[in-house]
Amino acid sequence: MGWIGEQIDSIKSLNFRQVLTQAVSLGMIVTSALIIWKGLMCITGSESPVVVVLSGSMEPGFKRGDILFLHMSKDPIRAGEIVVFNVDGREIPIVHRVIKVHEHQDTGEVDVLTKGDNNFGDDRLLYAHGQLWLHRHHIMGRAVGQGLNMREKKFRDNKC
Amino acid sequence: MHSLGYRVNALLAFAVTILALICGIASFSDNFNSPSPSAEVQVLNINRFRKKLTGDDEVSLTLNISANLESLFTWNTKQVFVFLAAEYETPNNALNQVSLWDSIIPSKERARFSIETTNKYRFIDQGSNLRGKDFNLTMHWHVMPKTGKMFADNLVISGFRLPEAYR
Repeated sequence: MGWIGEQIDSIKSLNFRQVLTQAVSLGMIVTSALIIWKGLMCITGSESPVVVVLSGSMEPGFKRGDILFLHMSKDPIRAGEIVVFNVDGREIPIVHRVIKVHEHQDTGEVDVLTKGDNNFGDDRLLYAHGQLWLHRHHIMGRAVGQGLNMREKKFRDNKC
Repeated sequence: MHSLGYRVNALLAFAVTILALICGIASFSDNFNSPSPSAEVQVLNINRFRKKLTGDDEVSLTLNISANLESLFTWNTKQVFVFLAAEYETPNNALNQVSLWDSIIPSKERARFSIETTNKYRFIDQGSNLRGKDFNLTMHWHVMPKTGKMFADNLVISGFRLPEAYR
């Protein structure tokens, strides 16, 4: 009982203004992080401008845990580009490389087939049932650069 | 102001900023490299050329691919992804790019190669347009850096033509 009384006393003794200032400061930090994130979304034109690589299907180029910077421009999608896409009905985005492109004459629509560098076969098994090609609306962005991945350091590499 | 917590925080923030700066400079240094790669491709044989049951044409080829991509490597290069794509136009499609073969080059020592191979991925058209079709074999390379911006380029080798009739 005495301990609870002490806690209540210490709460009462806090200056209300100080607490309010701290709460507002915290709110400012959170909102500025949100502003930067949304701003990046606008600048890069991609729904998620920074992604983390989740699987080992693009090794040795991208390892699990690598950070990728994405950009989505109106440029047409061409073979060799590394794209991040969502399969219909699946939440998790996949980062793979485009290996086949068929661009239609009149509409400019593209049929795209992707494959992970480290996978044996193409991604048709990952697409939705009966889906043979990806289209532009599935693709969230192109990878333009990567951040340094600290996991792949000398401790793991026995060759040094 | 001089407690351990503040000091560690200041040190960490500074370290991360410097690291990001170094990564940026490393990436920037890649601009000073002017690469001069060379490549040559020959179609040695058309193994199969038929129309599948779905109505799409399919070709199987044996290729001789040789290239020297040593000049693409800088100290900031992690690997070079190289692939050969057949590129052609059809009445339905303004552009078709079909990757026939690809490879990952992990280091400069392996960047000069000459191989003979059948196509790794199936060369299938959308439709039946490949008889007598002229096509290019374009060698694309994507340089993946240890850190920073990736860049890509390609070399078009034209003058290939598929046979007029199935075999």
